[in-house]
Amino acid sequence: MMTGVPLSWYLILSVVLFSLGVAGFLFRRNIITIFMSIELMLNAVNLSFVSFSYELKSVNGHLYTLFVMVVAAAEAAVGLAIILTVFKNRGTLNVDELNSLKN
Amino acid sequence: METFSFYAFAVLVLGGAILTITRRSAVHSAISLIVSLVGVAGLYLLQQAEFLFAVQIVLYIGGIMVLFLFVIMLVNLDEAAKERQFNGQWLIALICATVVGLQVAWFMTKGAGALKLAQVPVAAAQTGAPVSPGNVEAIADVLFSEYLLPFEVASVLLLVAVVGSVVMAKKRI
Repeated sequence: MMTGVPLSWYLILSVVLFSLGVAGFLFRRNIITIFMSIELMLNAVNLSFVSFSYELKSVNGHLYTLFVMVVAAAEAAVGLAIILTVFKNRGTLNVDELNSLKN
Repeated sequence: METFSFYAFAVLVLGGAILTITRRSAVHSAISLIVSLVGVAGLYLLQQAEFLFAVQIVLYIGGIMVLFLFVIMLVNLDEAAKERQFNGQWLIALICATVVGLQVAWFMTKGAGALKLAQVPVAAAQTGAPVSPGNVEAIADVLFSEYLLPFEVASVLLLVAVVGSVVMAKKRI
């Protein structure tokens, strides 16, 4: 490879980013921040797709990334509409208080 | 030079991500997430994915994050910023996050030998007729031939998402 940056560095960065997304998803209580953690995880996966694609000299990984982005856009639109509806009905965005399925 | 750019973008990505999950205010979180996404876009550019760089900027930062900021503006988060930010099961959450990180890292070290097959597609790529088509042309070639059906399915998915979010946000149909 002509690049000075090996594939493993990108993959390690991707692992760290994904773990940060998981940590944010599990730690935070605000539903909007949880949603942003999901975006972080999606980006970590996209980064590893593009890295493998670059290493293997193929554009298939780019296409998968494109489709992941399309799904992320759809998910963001629907998810934020759900968040707005939840806020309108319950008046809170704290996931600890949104427990009507539990009782 | 490339190594230096990698380090600079990696610092952007990780710094933005850490700020995203630790900031108290949702607006600060969203802006940190934008910084992180810019870093990822830079890494795409570093790996010669110019098309995805543009899509990342336009779609993620220009579309999704602006949508996030609008929703943050619409809901009132002032009192949410004052109370405790992390949920009660933080110990379990810490264990789970660490386990996920270690798991992925372990599988990556186990599969390190498999990356040696990277030489095969290089030879296959050299037989192609165009010497060096741009990244956008290469993506369009494959997208509109091999991945035509997923492309159409993606457009249907976007239509469903548009209809679904309108239905959910409307008071009465």
